[in-house]
Amino acid sequence: MTKAKQRKKGYAWRNTIKGRRAIGIILTFALLVPIGIIFVMPFIVMVSTALKPLNQVFAFPPRLIPETLQWQNFPDGWYGYGYVDFTTCTWNSLKITVNNIIGNLVSCTLAAYAFARLKARGKNFWFAIVLATMLLPNEALVVPQYVLFSRFGWLDTHLPLMVPAWFGWAFFIFLLRQFFMTIPEELVDAAKIDGAGHARILLQIFIPLSKPALATLAIFAFIGNWNNFFGPLLYLRTPDVQTLPVCLVQYQGAYGNTEWHLMMAVATIAVIPVLLIFIFGQRYFVEGIATSGVKR
Amino acid sequence: MFRRFLRPISPSARREERIFYLFILPWLIGLVVFNAGPVLGMLGLSFTDWRISLDNLQFIGLDNYATLAADPIFWTSVGNTLYIVVGRVVFGTAFALLLAILLNQKVPGIPFFRAVYYLPTVTAGVAVALVWIWIFNPRLGILNYSLKQIGITGPPWIYSSTWVKPSLILMSLFQVGPNMIILLAGLQGVPKELYESAEIDGAGNWAKFRNVTLPMLSPVLFFVIIISVVSSFQNFTEIRVMTEGGPGESSNVLIWYLWENAFIFLQLGVAAAVAWIMFVILMALTGLQFRLGRRWVFYEV
Repeated sequence: MTKAKQRKKGYAWRNTIKGRRAIGIILTFALLVPIGIIFVMPFIVMVSTALKPLNQVFAFPPRLIPETLQWQNFPDGWYGYGYVDFTTCTWNSLKITVNNIIGNLVSCTLAAYAFARLKARGKNFWFAIVLATMLLPNEALVVPQYVLFSRFGWLDTHLPLMVPAWFGWAFFIFLLRQFFMTIPEELVDAAKIDGAGHARILLQIFIPLSKPALATLAIFAFIGNWNNFFGPLLYLRTPDVQTLPVCLVQYQGAYGNTEWHLMMAVATIAVIPVLLIFIFGQRYFVEGIATSGVKR
Repeated sequence: MFRRFLRPISPSARREERIFYLFILPWLIGLVVFNAGPVLGMLGLSFTDWRISLDNLQFIGLDNYATLAADPIFWTSVGNTLYIVVGRVVFGTAFALLLAILLNQKVPGIPFFRAVYYLPTVTAGVAVALVWIWIFNPRLGILNYSLKQIGITGPPWIYSSTWVKPSLILMSLFQVGPNMIILLAGLQGVPKELYESAEIDGAGNWAKFRNVTLPMLSPVLFFVIIISVVSSFQNFTEIRVMTEGGPGESSNVLIWYLWENAFIFLQLGVAAAVAWIMFVILMALTGLQFRLGRRWVFYEV
């Protein structure tokens, strides 16, 4: 075989459907894998630092896999610092998070059903307001909200963090409404003929059919509330009402840069619940976000 | 629109309307108490000399705004905010699109990669911000160590006033999860026939991307960009945990400037004015998006 022929053969191979597909797969993986490794890196750094003894934390070059695994860092970090009671902080975070998930689900489901399925004058106007409030950066509203809650006498309690959840949230209402729009009208008509009222239609048709969307909201609410830092930092003062993110930052202030291994141990513990929720809910999660917002 | 309320309607329609308002009532109350009320109250308070207590407020007109205009740190923070917003939106959207395209390929293991790419978004927050301080450490951090392995001397990242903003933008690229998923759904919604007919016309991959994917995806991209602009203003956690606005004022963004004025310097009237300026900037940016959007967003007819 001459060289020219060989080259021609190679060229032809690359042009066959199978060949092109193989090249495509290799190129895709050449990007997918390194990006994936980079994306889990912060997490690996956190866990590996959490398992090192202090004298290895600053070792150079940095080692991703510690020479010895120091599990003792976890209890030491958790109970290590007098002011910061992680057990209490975790309970507080959990209480607020669970309350807010339930509150959001109830209030947003009602409003989303109204916007998706009920006829009323003024509906379009109110829906435009829902969309507009999605564009409000909540953090900019803190000054007047702070005044409001201090007037209510709610400072240093969990109320400013828990009560608003029962009054809906534009983003969730929008997401659920999009999902409710996809439920066939015929189901509703059939239920109406059977004499079902709106409460029953909502409870017996919409909620069972919207489990993926509701699960998505619950997961979103879990992550958002568990990681919420701004609110607790603002409204809470005394140590026994603090939430986990604030506790973590106090740890940082307390130790400066010295006890990194303990801080990372606590940070790892703080991340575990969200991680579990994400791993188990991932399937719904992706579906739920995908059905939201895309087509107005 | 108000005239419609005067027109007589049937009793059953009236009943349905009553249920509608009953169902949205919690949200309506929340809107008034937690959103509209505060926004308007804040406008009023931005014209007062409000410091700590609300008693004996003096109306001082535009003085707070004048104070801001005369404060060079305020202008620095406006500049920093725009820098970070533009950086996060441009690079974040492009990167989310790249990831969405990768996840849209027909190769094995996609659900696994999708979960991995979403992971940093889920774990965002104080815990991970603390890790990033460590990653960005110029001498001991893993980032500069890795760069050194490929022969690059890394910059001092968050410890330098020139690099701190790019560092924060780089870090935000790890949190493109939701945008990535929304774009992925958009990509999967592009009708296959369009690609087939483009192929018959002899279009290559780039031509297909440019002339089929991008126009069909443009409404989704538009949505993603609008949402990204808003969320880029809300970067308090990283700033508070990692930089506190520094070094110098180089990562002092509006939300941090507002926080400092309100809860450290106790200049609440000034902080209210800052919040209003933030709204105006955000509204201007959104309005601009909608204007520009008319030129590049393609809606199916």
